[in-house]
Amino acid sequence: MSETQRKGRVLPVTDLSLVVLVGASGSGKSTFARRHFKPTEVISSDFCRGLVSDDQNDQGATRDAFDVLHYIAGKRLAAGRRTVVDATSVQQDSRRQLIELAKKHDVLPIAIVLDVPEEVCAERNAARTDRADMPRRVIQRHIRELRRSVRHLEREGFRKVHVLRGVEEVANATVVTEKRFNDLTHLTGPFDIIGDIHGCASELESLLVKLGYTDGVHPEGRTAVFVGDLVDRGPDSPGVLRRVMGMVEAGSALCVPGNHENKYGRFLKGRKVQHTHGLAETIEQMEGESDEFKQRVREFIDGLVSHYVLDGGKLVVCHAGLPEKYHGRTSGRVRSHALYGDTTGETDEFGLPVRYPWAEDYRGRAAVVYGHTPVPEATWLNNTICLDTGAVFGGKLTALRWPERELVDVAAERVWYEPARPLRTEAPGGHDGRPLDLDDVHGRRVVETRHSGRVAVREENAAAALEVMSRFAVDPRLLPYLPPTMAPTATSHEENRGGAADGHFLEHPVEAFAQYREAGVERVVCEEKHMGSRAVALVCRDAEVAGKRFGVDGGPTGALYTRTGRPFFDDETVTEEILGRVRAAADAAGLWDELATDWMLLDAELMPWSLKASGLLRSQYAAVGAAAGAVFPGVLGALQGAEARGVDVSALLGRQRERAADAGAFTRAYGRYCWPTDGLDGVRLAPFQILAVQGRSLAAVPHDRQLALIDRVVEHDGTGLLQTTRRLYVDTGDPESVRAGIDWWLEMTGRGGEGMVVKPVGALVRDGQGRLVQPGVKCRGREYLRIIYGPEYTRPDNLERLRKRFLGHKRSLAIREYALGLEALDRLADGEPLWRVHEAVFGVLALESEPVDPRL
Amino acid sequence: MFLTITTTGTPERPATDLGFLLHKHPEKSQAFSTSYGTAHVLYPEADTQRCTAALLLEVDAVALVRRGKGKGRGGAPDAALAQYVNDRPYAASSLLAVALSSVFSSAMRGVCTARPERAAEPLPLAVEVPVLPARGGPDLVRRLFEPLGWAVTADPVPLDPEFPEWGDSRYVRLILESERLTLAEALRHLYVLLPVLDDAKHYWVSSDEVDKLLRAGEGWLVGHPEQKLITSRYLSRRWSLTRQAMERLELVRLAEADDSAVEEIDNAVADETGTEERPTPLAVQRRDAILDELHSSGAARVLDLGCGQGQLVQALLKDPRYTEIVGVDVSVRALTIASRRLKLDRMGERQASRVKLVQGSLAYTDKRLKGYEAAVLSEVVEHVDPPRLPALEYAVFGAARPRTVLVTTPNVEYNVRWESLPAGHVRHGDHRFEWTREEFRAWARSVAERYGYDVGFRPIGPDDPEVGPPTQMAVFTMSSTATEPTGTTTETSSTEGGTTGTTTEKEATAA
Repeated sequence: MSETQRKGRVLPVTDLSLVVLVGASGSGKSTFARRHFKPTEVISSDFCRGLVSDDQNDQGATRDAFDVLHYIAGKRLAAGRRTVVDATSVQQDSRRQLIELAKKHDVLPIAIVLDVPEEVCAERNAARTDRADMPRRVIQRHIRELRRSVRHLEREGFRKVHVLRGVEEVANATVVTEKRFNDLTHLTGPFDIIGDIHGCASELESLLVKLGYTDGVHPEGRTAVFVGDLVDRGPDSPGVLRRVMGMVEAGSALCVPGNHENKYGRFLKGRKVQHTHGLAETIEQMEGESDEFKQRVREFIDGLVSHYVLDGGKLVVCHAGLPEKYHGRTSGRVRSHALYGDTTGETDEFGLPVRYPWAEDYRGRAAVVYGHTPVPEATWLNNTICLDTGAVFGGKLTALRWPERELVDVAAERVWYEPARPLRTEAPGGHDGRPLDLDDVHGRRVVETRHSGRVAVREENAAAALEVMSRFAVDPRLLPYLPPTMAPTATSHEENRGGAADGHFLEHPVEAFAQYREAGVERVVCEEKHMGSRAVALVCRDAEVAGKRFGVDGGPTGALYTRTGRPFFDDETVTEEILGRVRAAADAAGLWDELATDWMLLDAELMPWSLKASGLLRSQYAAVGAAAGAVFPGVLGALQGAEARGVDVSALLGRQRERAADAGAFTRAYGRYCWPTDGLDGVRLAPFQILAVQGRSLAAVPHDRQLALIDRVVEHDGTGLLQTTRRLYVDTGDPESVRAGIDWWLEMTGRGGEGMVVKPVGALVRDGQGRLVQPGVKCRGREYLRIIYGPEYTRPDNLERLRKRFLGHKRSLAIREYALGLEALDRLADGEPLWRVHEAVFGVLALESEPVDPRL
Repeated sequence: MFLTITTTGTPERPATDLGFLLHKHPEKSQAFSTSYGTAHVLYPEADTQRCTAALLLEVDAVALVRRGKGKGRGGAPDAALAQYVNDRPYAASSLLAVALSSVFSSAMRGVCTARPERAAEPLPLAVEVPVLPARGGPDLVRRLFEPLGWAVTADPVPLDPEFPEWGDSRYVRLILESERLTLAEALRHLYVLLPVLDDAKHYWVSSDEVDKLLRAGEGWLVGHPEQKLITSRYLSRRWSLTRQAMERLELVRLAEADDSAVEEIDNAVADETGTEERPTPLAVQRRDAILDELHSSGAARVLDLGCGQGQLVQALLKDPRYTEIVGVDVSVRALTIASRRLKLDRMGERQASRVKLVQGSLAYTDKRLKGYEAAVLSEVVEHVDPPRLPALEYAVFGAARPRTVLVTTPNVEYNVRWESLPAGHVRHGDHRFEWTREEFRAWARSVAERYGYDVGFRPIGPDDPEVGPPTQMAVFTMSSTATEPTGTTTETSSTEGGTTGTTTEKEATAA
């Protein structure tokens, strides 16, 4: 008796697979399953029979029971869990269904056969009360069918077949879990993932040197990972193969197959393939190689695994991209997908298949790095990146450093092969050649943000945003950002604050400072609130930059738009004049070079308020002022008349005098923010943040540095258009500093100022629990708030009621919009396609239509 | 809000009888609680010759807004519509009318036990309302009150003396004088006409408004030359308007975010007073021309892109040759109205299966619009800002690619023939441009060339020898050779299905 026999057979079972136990009734399948698998991994047909009929032996319930069994198994396999089916499975038809199920979920079907003598089965059944009356012929039939099937199991589609003969072998067997070939999650790199090479051996050597490899080995032990398409088209496919194979054999590289290796491998095996798409070149170049080398190549290609899951599951590398449901799966379909990608079935005007844009739908956790489709630049899209930058077509050879996520590339030495389709294409909608699609914005959506997770947009809000965006907004290409709403400071509840004679405030800086102190923010900046209209300015250095970077032709050098994306001025020459002045000031301040950019996106306030809000001013604010102004003379006159006649109206008269005074204060309050303009005369623009420049979001640049940059621009403006923002820095932990902040606000609002915005100096800040801190809270002046809460809001009984306001929704809205705004800036900076930027911008607009108290 | 009623008298018929008629003592200041605040009645002057009663309603603006937050009746339907900055505390509106009827209820019925004869007879009256919101201006104020026997003084109140360029407000200072009316009649006139002039949209009082109108209007409303306007305004300020307001809350909020009046954004559907609503002969001619061209195109599956309130969809439904009609509009409100107009929810299944209304936007490509035989863009392009027209062109001609596309748009040259249109004005406030015949043709030809269509033109309406027709139509037909648009590359499409599995040799080797 050999060692193995004594110790029992060892049965390797893949960690993600569908295990089918095959054996007659009474052969010990359930016992075997219990011993070798987790109870939750095993689904038995008897159990399912019981589920649907209350009787585990009700043969009439078999069909329904197997429906349930297949359903549960399907769910488990979809979730990536190994599943063991405990049913007799002696008939080919029942096994066929299970094999289909495994294929459907791209896992390996494995058969374990328990071939136990008929007497043993019968004995065991007899010992069980529920099966005691099972006819002997049933067991006989089972065993007959089993013996007939055993030889065909592999042909049926099982990728592993373990046959255990006899009671003893069944009893002594052990099951070991085996990893899938594609599961290299234990390798953490670091990796250098290299894009499609296509025989560009010289460029490959340059890139390896640039990455720090010496003769295929990295001194720091980094691992190269090749995404495939090593061969065809280029000048030296054998050279590339030699290098890559050497590195893989030496353990300093991994390689997944591309469709070109696959085809060449088929050629090497003697299959008939067309010598097109550069294969002819490879065949010719290989003619000079030894048979031994050819044999090595053939074995190398044969042994390539379709894709790899690396670095704890955080990284997936394959040739043509892979949707998440195929990660780590094993089937012909997965291999085909990994090699060729998905196509829509259409062909484009160059006769090439139109690729299905799978990455647009990708929402997976793992980063997918791939090649296959030549693109002008490697850019991240939904955590996926294509590294095929067309080296053989005269583009470049690109590598991605992981986990650093740095791109390293070398330019092609020449155009080695003429592409069938130009690398760069022209189509409306930007560089990605894909115009905005309704599916990018319509209906209920969830936008993934890097700073605050998933942000949901409801359908009705998206519908309203669609109307406004479509009918009123500037060209979406010039609309890469919309500013988020801002929450006010917590409502003031403290009466008679020290120093303030009139302590009746609805909003007061004390709460704002306290709020940030509690969030762990030590230093805040108080910025004067300009009572104008929020404006975002996209300023390009010239029309050519606007055309090149933002894809708009016809001369605009940027855009100036409102909080909902509408152009500020109907007349584009006025817009251009403003952009021109900002540009000139930035020129003079030397900002373009300093920021290494040829465009910038500015957050600003445009004054006067009356410029944009004149409709609202007339229909609402001035109208109320006019009504109040006209009614009180009569009211007071009547009351004075009555009083003169001896009627006691003193309380009423006193109150009406106060009301009249409130109404007067109200009229003065809005009047401060109105002045006539003529063309640009009287128009002021106060930028307060540079949101983004070429390649960078500046949202995390501290506000002191931001304001210093902007001050310099304002200084260099000779036209009087630009205006600075007054500010004061406050240490939230220092009572004296807080006092100074309050005094500053009291002084400013006492003169009729709108108030201030308190922001963490650090700009993009998180609290102790890692959540985003409000990027700013507004603290509005007592007089200004008359415009919001009505002329008489300061009356004590009104204030008391108004203090019952709820900020929760507004704060949550402010953070969600902030996250979307940041996301838009990051996507813009990363050079992501227009639709990706637009998705986040659209989200901000949609959220603005959520029901929240508009006075907050 | 405030008004005074003054009468004059003689020792035999003292003016102070006003106190009896109103049931309010001239030597007292009395306060009454009403649902929106406290009403005060007091007399600034009261002697034999002259007596003035003043009604002052102190509106609680905060309560007005907060009440609106509830889901129930009363108040505004949503906080977004209920402003703290509100003229209600100052201007005479339905709130004052309600106060009038509750404080002076007996007087309004003409009941006076102390001086029954005086209640029944006319007396010299002067009513002053210092701030009356008057939609329709002083002119309408006169048209409403003069036929009832009042001498009317209605002076507009300027918006803000500091900013004379803003002009007048919608308020007037109203003085009514008459010697031919009883006090009860005067009060009933005010009760009905103050809210009618205000024409406020966001307040409604109760559901038995018709009865109230009939009661208060007894004896004077029938036969009033403006009876129709009075009735419709008085009654329409309730449910239908509330419902409209509810339908556009999201847009209200977006307007607010931008410090804009909601009308600036929510204007996809013209007001009833607008010019678009009445079915002009031109609109009928346009529809006929479109139906005619659709007919000759042989199309059965048709898109109406920018379907508005669904007039064309309705016409297409009547012809069984159109088996699939899709109305697309960007305005949810327009679609709601279209759906109501078509009675979609009551339509039989077979009919309903032919028609679909969906929100969409031609600023985006839309895979739902692929595979149709014809598309109509009737009076649509002129509502799109010129820089955004290329996106529309691509969405229709590049992505949706129906075989036939009909585009109609105004011919600006014809505008000189419109008598009501001031020179240099466009026909509709939302028109971003209007083209000459030459401009339209140049645009159409360039689109046709870029996307592989042939284009022809057709006048709609009388073809003036000098300035052409009022409306122009372009008929695009896909060129027989064209399959794919030129100048574009990867046409991304359909997410449906997802072809997996077998890969052909061609695909496999293409990369």
